[in-house]
Amino acid sequence: MSTAAATSVLGARGLRKEYGKGEGLVRAVDGVELDIGAGETVAVMGPSGCGKSTLLHLLGGLDRPSGGAVSLNGRRIDDLGEKALARMRRTTVGFVFQAFHLMEELTAVENVELPALLAGRSPRTARRRAQELLEQVGLADRARFLPSALSGGQRQRVAIARALSNQPLVVLADEPTGNLDSAATLDVLRLFERLHASGQTLVIVTHDARVAATSDRMISMRDGAFVDETRLSGGTSGQLGALVGLEE
Amino acid sequence: MQQEVVLAMLAKEPSHGYQLRARLRGALGPLGDAMNAGQVYVTLTRLERAGLVAVERSADGAERSDRKVYALTPNGQQRVAEWIAEVRWPRPDLPEFHLKLIAAAAAGLADPLTIVNTQRRELLRRLRAAQRAAMAEPEGSEAVLLLEGIVLRLQADLRWLEACEQSWTHRRSGS
Repeated sequence: MSTAAATSVLGARGLRKEYGKGEGLVRAVDGVELDIGAGETVAVMGPSGCGKSTLLHLLGGLDRPSGGAVSLNGRRIDDLGEKALARMRRTTVGFVFQAFHLMEELTAVENVELPALLAGRSPRTARRRAQELLEQVGLADRARFLPSALSGGQRQRVAIARALSNQPLVVLADEPTGNLDSAATLDVLRLFERLHASGQTLVIVTHDARVAATSDRMISMRDGAFVDETRLSGGTSGQLGALVGLEE
Repeated sequence: MQQEVVLAMLAKEPSHGYQLRARLRGALGPLGDAMNAGQVYVTLTRLERAGLVAVERSADGAERSDRKVYALTPNGQQRVAEWIAEVRWPRPDLPEFHLKLIAAAAAGLADPLTIVNTQRRELLRRLRAAQRAAMAEPEGSEAVLLLEGIVLRLQADLRWLEACEQSWTHRRSGS
């Protein structure tokens, strides 16, 4: 705990989010403690309705907690004013959503450069960075395509490139493979693996065990609280033979 | 190594043992790493004894098995045809785990939820291994499809564990 906290990029203390009142009170997030280290990939896994999306919104400053604290790079963000919070979201956090949320009337490269433009970069710098990012996600040749001309997997890769536009401290992904078929899921996971290798801090909430299994650490969430944590290291093909009966 | 698999790999054309092994490795990818050279030759020797395979020719009459070219006999061909037509599906051992939870809870031997969580961790490790192996395969690899099958089966098992967890949580809070 102490070592994680020392290099913690994203942290939560006693984090709570409640909706409704009295009988109808729903504790969507109920006392979450979390420390995410630099360069770590953490998956929060649980069934729909367990509060994992709400948690992600609180961590990224898209929503405000009912209680507790969220800190990003040692700075509390839960008590920031609206303006400061919006600036923080633009410059230090990258979001990836299940439904991609691309601007349909903008091309791939225009979508990717948008956060950089909003953050005040010059059009030329923003465009250059966007093109680099599209190259990184393997879509340099689709830069001028509208989202409607791209497959689901390609759209999500554009969305990931967009999330990286301002070199965020942390990328937060909400069910990033929820709308993708098996092959496109594999492409997105490969991309996350490369981001991980480059030192990007990544938090993924998902109900897909396949996505969770590629993380360093998997946290199980039920009814707004963490119930189990598994550190997944290594993962070589050594034990694969046993899985299919090729070994005695 | 299942005899029929080696037999069927020979159906394309008479082959050396090392050619069979290369075909198997190509199709299995990292799963084939566990397979040693001896396994294929041991299987070929058994098949020869059973009259399903015959040695077509030996270079220089050498007796070394890696010089021999193996071919299917008519009986071997028939066995391959039967095997291809067979419908089989490996049986996952769900009853054993299910009964373990029931026995543990009934006798107070362990908390079923702890057993479920331990099992989940193990399956996640395997899923991770399979997933990473799939991600590491080169483009166009035949083995990706096999690894995907393993991933999908593990996902199904993990979903069942989730159902086990829900049900046992429910029973515990109900009692």
